[in-house]
Amino acid sequence: MSWSILEKMAVEITEFLLSAQSADAKVRTEAEGRLRQFQEQNLPGFLLSLSLELSNDGKPMESRRLAGIVLKNSLDAKDSTTKDLLVQHWVSNDVSFRSQVKGLLLNTLGSSVSEAGHTAAQVIAKIASIEIPRKEWPELVGSLLGNMTQQDKPASLKQATLEALGYVCEEISHNDLVQDEVNSVLTAVVQGMNVTEQSSVRLAAATALYNALDFAQTNFENEMERNYIMKIVCETAMAKEADIRQAAFECLVSIASTYYDVLEPYMQTLFELTANAVKGDEEGVALQAIEFWSSICDEEIELQDFESGDSYPHSRFIEKALSLLVPMLLETLLKQDEDQDQEDGIWNLAMAGGTCLGLVAKTVGDAVVPLVMPFVQDNISKPDWRSREAATYAFGSILDGPSVEKLSPMVISALDFLLNAMRDQNSHVKDTTAWTLSRIFELLHSPATGFSVISPANLQRVMVVLLDSIKDSPHVAEKVCGAIYFLAQGYEGFEAGSSVLTPYLPDIITSLIATAERADASDTKLRSAAYETLNEVVRCSNLVESSQIIIQLLPVIMNKLGQTIELQILSSDDREKQGDLQALLCGVMQVIIQKLSSTDETKPFIFQVADQIMMLFLKVFACRSSTVHEEAMLAIGALAYATGPEFVKYMQEFYKYLEMGLQNFEEYQVCSISVGVVGDICRALDDKMLPFCDNIMSLLLKDLSSGDLHRSVKPPIFACFGDVALAIGEHFEKYVSYAMPMMQGAAEICAQIDSNDEEMVEYGNQLKRSIFEAYSGILQGFKSSKAEIMLPHAPHLLKFIEVVVKDDNKDESVARAAVAVLGDLADALGSHVKTLFKDMAFCSKFLGECLQSEDEQLKETATWTQGMIGRAFSVCG
Amino acid sequence: MAPHDIRRPFKRAAISDQQKRRELSLQRQAQNRTEAQLQARRLASSILSFPNQNSDPQPLESVDLIPEPIVEEPKTDAGDISEIDIRQAARLKGSEARRWFASQLMLPEWMIDVPDRLNEDWYVFARPSGKRCFVVSSNGTTVSRLRNGSLLHRFPSALPSGAKTRDSSRSAQSYCILDCIFHELDQTYYVIDMVCWAGISFYECTAEFRFFWMNSKLVESGACEAPSTYHRYRFSLIPVYSCDHEGLQTAYAGAVSYVKDGLLFYNKHAHYQTGNTPLVLVWKDETCSQYVIDTDNKGQFPNQQQVVLELQDNGQLVTSDDPPVVLGCLNAYFIQETGLHSGNLVRFAVNDGGLTFVDGKLEKADLHYIGKVHRARAFADSYSKIVFQYMVRHSPLRIEHLFASMGTLSEQESNEVEMVG
Repeated sequence: MSWSILEKMAVEITEFLLSAQSADAKVRTEAEGRLRQFQEQNLPGFLLSLSLELSNDGKPMESRRLAGIVLKNSLDAKDSTTKDLLVQHWVSNDVSFRSQVKGLLLNTLGSSVSEAGHTAAQVIAKIASIEIPRKEWPELVGSLLGNMTQQDKPASLKQATLEALGYVCEEISHNDLVQDEVNSVLTAVVQGMNVTEQSSVRLAAATALYNALDFAQTNFENEMERNYIMKIVCETAMAKEADIRQAAFECLVSIASTYYDVLEPYMQTLFELTANAVKGDEEGVALQAIEFWSSICDEEIELQDFESGDSYPHSRFIEKALSLLVPMLLETLLKQDEDQDQEDGIWNLAMAGGTCLGLVAKTVGDAVVPLVMPFVQDNISKPDWRSREAATYAFGSILDGPSVEKLSPMVISALDFLLNAMRDQNSHVKDTTAWTLSRIFELLHSPATGFSVISPANLQRVMVVLLDSIKDSPHVAEKVCGAIYFLAQGYEGFEAGSSVLTPYLPDIITSLIATAERADASDTKLRSAAYETLNEVVRCSNLVESSQIIIQLLPVIMNKLGQTIELQILSSDDREKQGDLQALLCGVMQVIIQKLSSTDETKPFIFQVADQIMMLFLKVFACRSSTVHEEAMLAIGALAYATGPEFVKYMQEFYKYLEMGLQNFEEYQVCSISVGVVGDICRALDDKMLPFCDNIMSLLLKDLSSGDLHRSVKPPIFACFGDVALAIGEHFEKYVSYAMPMMQGAAEICAQIDSNDEEMVEYGNQLKRSIFEAYSGILQGFKSSKAEIMLPHAPHLLKFIEVVVKDDNKDESVARAAVAVLGDLADALGSHVKTLFKDMAFCSKFLGECLQSEDEQLKETATWTQGMIGRAFSVCG
Repeated sequence: MAPHDIRRPFKRAAISDQQKRRELSLQRQAQNRTEAQLQARRLASSILSFPNQNSDPQPLESVDLIPEPIVEEPKTDAGDISEIDIRQAARLKGSEARRWFASQLMLPEWMIDVPDRLNEDWYVFARPSGKRCFVVSSNGTTVSRLRNGSLLHRFPSALPSGAKTRDSSRSAQSYCILDCIFHELDQTYYVIDMVCWAGISFYECTAEFRFFWMNSKLVESGACEAPSTYHRYRFSLIPVYSCDHEGLQTAYAGAVSYVKDGLLFYNKHAHYQTGNTPLVLVWKDETCSQYVIDTDNKGQFPNQQQVVLELQDNGQLVTSDDPPVVLGCLNAYFIQETGLHSGNLVRFAVNDGGLTFVDGKLEKADLHYIGKVHRARAFADSYSKIVFQYMVRHSPLRIEHLFASMGTLSEQESNEVEMVG
């Protein structure tokens, strides 16, 4: 490529880059088209032109900025498939070409236009993320460090270089560099924070350190190096520029969680630094200072939750600092914003301080109470609303952590005061009071275990106040919904106790529906809070006493759902609102269906209106063309369970939506729920499912082979194979040759899961369980007629069981599924298993383990399996 | 590249009902799946079919002979209910229930010689004296039926689905069938075997497995507790021993809370099998039973042993065994004279000529005709019963013989060495 062509390109690309930012849509679209064309026709030339553009101080900043962005987007993407492709494109370029681009970028760091250097630093980090792990850019760190050590270089070069170092550290793993390089990078960064440096350099260095902290593990283990880093960070936290102080505090927050175990010697200093910041510094800095303590709480709470001997030291920083820390936090509570309850996105000192106080209470428990209560008592009746709100917020914040014994006398005596405060003149006070009530019901109302602040003596007053306050402004009403929600939730799984709510049920339901219908509810979270509270109230009600009330609620909700279909839809905004409302109402439908179908006495009420309900759901589905409604799908699963075999008459109509749901890769939750509904329908229809199985199975198999589908949907699909097989029995035969390789493939994936990755381990457990469930369903389905079909697959299954049960850390639920499938194998294949089991010493060992288990269900299943194996061996033949 | 967002949930709206609904749905689906699979597991092992034995229905009045004979012969009138699922059986009522259950008990043979490997393959326990019966709990009630299918008690019990209690959440599938002896003295059902528990069938499981399950489940259910409103009769487990020296000694001579009536021996590997089986044996002597010698229909001990045999078409007199054993033959003239018909049950006394054995096989019996049997009697004697009763009167199989069959401890060990070598 000759320079003249490049020059011509350079002129043109400047034009395109500028036009692509034009206000005129036509000009913009055309320019974007030209850029894309250039990229497609000659990618290396395109990348080189962009680099030249970015590096050329003679070009306008607008075109250089966009050149940088387009370059970054040519190297990295959010979507992993695209990203892999981009990486492939980059590394397929020859080395000299890549060096040329990289050289241009490194030169740009020194540009007098600091934004150009800043942009180049980001692009450099993207290339580094590709090349450093491949050891293809070994000279990068050296050349960046060179920029830092030469005395005569301008501050702008140092600043851009520090940014580049920070971004590079963020992109790569410290294992990609040798320790010497790590040390040099950290030294350069920490030196950049030195007081003697210019403030722009110090800020860039502090930001870079934040990104590089994960690299500093070895250095933090070394006391001298650690002391040095901490000294510089603390000095930087006192810089005269607020943005530098804030950057240093951000480092301290990150250090609090990453290096908690070595902080002891610095805590005195850190306390003073943060206390000063909270008291007098600018809000951005003060917020970071509070966050430092919140992070320490997070660490200590986690240590307490997973107390594992002395392997990791608990330094009790919060406990030691408590008497100073709590007053400091209480002070912040008085610094509320005027509108903080109405607006989302606000984060101020009072909010951060209260949140931190809640974490402190969780960390130290009872000890926080005597430090907070005097503040509450002093302020709760003051004429100034800020005092009353702060006192209430403080009280509400310490309810989670201290013991019930400590809290309950206080809470019981405060309850009446709080109920009165729901009539305060100030809406912030009412908001916080309602929130405090909901916390009280959440944490101190557990009738099933015999303790509750609610008693027959105060219940009526509580209900009167709540049902009155739910008419207050939307943000107060939303908190009141929360209070009712937790009040009802206290009776979850304790229907006998929930009798006390029965007399109030009609009023509660009426109030919640009226709240959802408020004109001022539609744009806030109030409407969904009202319906979701309604759900909890229905769920936790005493069904025997309240069945009539719930039966009457059903047509009300159906009517509302019907009305949403008639809504006039003029815009996509209207469509979205309709969808949201339908989601809420389908949710209520689901809860009612599930509640009423839970007893034989109330099930007929669902049966009677099943046709109308189904018609409504189908209409809801028809409101959208390309996606299915997740909530309606959930509700249909509940309906199929309620109606049983009768559901078959809806299949003709419903099937196309089910198919749509199963193909929805993008909204994987929808796909997952649709898979669950297939299971519900299998159990409802049994062999009547047969006509739909060919299509459903092929969709499920397609889902499994797709790389695009979220992995969380795959375990439910395997379990669903079992559901289908159990429903259609021997007819599953034709799917065996497709399903079995998938199951075997997944079994092999299970064996490769990294046991250090907690999330993957949990996923592996789900996968194992569902593969076993699939085998169980298939074996049981074939048992009476075609068990021999599974004979060739038995050795692989046994091998898989062996691998799973030999894992000492296996999950109980996995063990249960494994022992059950072992029994199913013996049950289905009978005497055939004799030869298979002959060399399976692990079987009897595993059974022995299960029989010794504390888990009754596991023990029972194991006994059954033992019986099945015994039977298989005693049968002749 | 930006520092992490320090905004934390503030007065959080703790409600995320959608996620909760998803999770509850998943829970419901998982539970339904587990139940569906469990039910499938029960199904296959609970469908029983019995050979359809056609014969005339027999009268079914309850006969309370005292003492109750402990070895019962199967009735042969299973008729059209012979092929039904146990799950349906639990719901049978009236005469159908009588007919079905009358054919369902596992009946021990009498021990006329000591089985091989007694100390390895067998359990032993002391049989309580009383009425052998099936106890069936289903759908909120419990029913006990005697060996001929007639009703003994209908009552609430703590067995699964055995009473209509408020918190009973068991499904209709949850029923039990227990093989029991009702012991009058302490009004207790002693459970000797378990056929079904909470809907799971144990027919095709080994005795070892059945006893294990029985021991763990019965106590857990609360059925062994003292009677109460929802639990009219106490159930009790019987201590079952491995039939080694110590086990046999304990069963034979050890103290129990009930009156003993002989010893029952169960082969550990035997399935629950309806009708006569040589894998369950009964044995008794004067020490462990009041009723060693059979009584006649007036409850008296006859001077001579009496046997009941069935008359065949060809005049042969046979036992109730399958295949039947021929003990003698009546000539056509005698049959005509006495007005007997094929299928009649006929009582004989055993004369001084006794029973003649050749190579351990009964060859000949010196029988004296007494008369036709009372019509309540539905079956002939079994071969093992006739031989055991004969032995009791002539050369009984004594407890010492049972002990002797196990050999001494050292002998057992040397036997094992030999087997290994």
